[in-house]
Amino acid sequence: MSGVTDLSALELRDAIAAGDVSAVQATEAYLDAISSSEPQVQAFNEVFAERAVEQAMAIDARRSRGEPLGALGGVPVAVKDNMCTTYGRTTCSSKILAGFKAPYTATAVRKLEDAGAVIIGKTNMDEFAMGSSTEHSAFRPTRNPWNAGCVPGGSSGGSAAAVAARQCAAALGSDTGGSIRQPAAFCGVVGLKPTYGRVSRYGLVAFGSSLDQIGALTRDVRDCALVTGVIAGHDPKDSTSVPLDVPDYLAAVDAPVEKLRVGLPREFYSDALDAEINAAIRKAAETYESLGAKIVEVSLPHSRIDRDAAGRLSSYAVACYYIVATAEASSNLARYDGVHFGHRTAQKADDIIELYSKTRAEGFGDEVKRRIMLGTYALSAGYYDAYYNKALKVRRLIAGDFKAALNACDVLLCPASPTPAFRLGEKTDDPLQMYLADVYTISVNLAGLPGIVIPCGVSKAGLPIGMQLIGPAMSEEKILRAAGMYETGSGVRRLMPEIAKT
Amino acid sequence: MTKAIDLDLVRHIGKLSRIELSDEQVALFSRQLAGILEYFGKLQELDTANVEPMAHAVELSNVFGADAPGESLSPDEALANAAQRDGNFFKVPKVIGDSQ
Repeated sequence: MSGVTDLSALELRDAIAAGDVSAVQATEAYLDAISSSEPQVQAFNEVFAERAVEQAMAIDARRSRGEPLGALGGVPVAVKDNMCTTYGRTTCSSKILAGFKAPYTATAVRKLEDAGAVIIGKTNMDEFAMGSSTEHSAFRPTRNPWNAGCVPGGSSGGSAAAVAARQCAAALGSDTGGSIRQPAAFCGVVGLKPTYGRVSRYGLVAFGSSLDQIGALTRDVRDCALVTGVIAGHDPKDSTSVPLDVPDYLAAVDAPVEKLRVGLPREFYSDALDAEINAAIRKAAETYESLGAKIVEVSLPHSRIDRDAAGRLSSYAVACYYIVATAEASSNLARYDGVHFGHRTAQKADDIIELYSKTRAEGFGDEVKRRIMLGTYALSAGYYDAYYNKALKVRRLIAGDFKAALNACDVLLCPASPTPAFRLGEKTDDPLQMYLADVYTISVNLAGLPGIVIPCGVSKAGLPIGMQLIGPAMSEEKILRAAGMYETGSGVRRLMPEIAKT
Repeated sequence: MTKAIDLDLVRHIGKLSRIELSDEQVALFSRQLAGILEYFGKLQELDTANVEPMAHAVELSNVFGADAPGESLSPDEALANAAQRDGNFFKVPKVIGDSQ
């Protein structure tokens, strides 16, 4: 049935509830879309064709009995492969977890299923979510649906590419330093990183425990409100999840924010920013003005982005983030020991340390090794104060800047990335250049705030441009409404790459 | 170009990280880690003398669960992904070796 994959998640849900489309038809339409574009895009680590059709049949059976279908009844959703599911594998795109079958399902995924979503597959990512291009997947790089020579961003590159290519109606990603928002910008979709603690991390394979959040990748802002509302909420199984009620984001999303004040952080608009992105965001600010919003200049001094003498991007926040995140990663990834689960070396090991060291040498890719070693170094005796403790203090300065800036305005309007999608292989030999791809997104994780990226144009080279809105803690409703104002006011919505126009 | 950090230091970090490294990897990582660590040094420009460290964005106080038995994994489920098991135990090589 053609046309089904053109519907948004919300439209599809309503069409299934009304009986215009069956859940099985919808799932089969997406499975067909995957068959046709997957050889090029390579977004999925695993497609649950059979199970998805069974789930869809169960939804259709419920409808025939007159039962409610749920907020996502029959809607095919993809899940990043670092969220545990009792079906299929949970690999984190790592050799060390290549055969891992999780004994439980992540809360966010269970909530999708409870809402009637059909889980269509698990998506590719940078290994353990460490990367900004999905090229650090141990299996294969995912391609940008807009240009197969370009990366989809990362680490949730598979999820962003799958949404852009119309291989699923929506997807979940995770964001530790920009891993939902930067790929959303590169692929021309909407991506929201919720406030730290808004969505349960139970069953999300840990990378940086004080930074990680699960969030939605969707085609438009309404879908983002819908999916975020489904996955948000307190979970007794995650002691860092915040015990606050979840507003009805979908009901609120169409209402403009009265007397909206949009803040432009002056430090983000240096010559470090690509000229086309700068122009697109300035134009977005004009759109907000035309909708009655007030534009104010604000300052985030410790998130300043400059170029150093060598022309390289320079940022305190990047330095701070890559100490905190690698320190947390070195601790979290200590569990991959070849004993409890995951790969174990087949080489002879004379003692347990040798078993660990050979197993980890074989199982982890170079980027994961680099980060474990950086974190181990930053936490080791003699360096702890100079690196880790210093970074935690700078983290407070960065968070304080956001608090002050968000006292002077409702939302911050910023770039999502210094450039549109870059070419495959462009940054793989220089880890620091890859880290700098996160320069506009990482401060938000350090401060624990919600950020949403929505498309705001297409570059001359034909690649999407995204803009980011950041709000105070627990302001998802406000940033969704502000994003919706722009989407409606500008008419920039549901960008579609050629590959999806079949 | 940045100066490489000492090869012995890279080997030492590899050991602490429980990752066996080849000589080529030691050379590669010493160059790459040196560049990144130099970048981290940028933070020393900032005066943080009177700033408290911030380990978490949401500074919740201790969260306690009810002290009540709940669902848990069966031994078979918990051991299902183990490389080797022996009854209800994970099996590993001898723990104390000659290299200790």
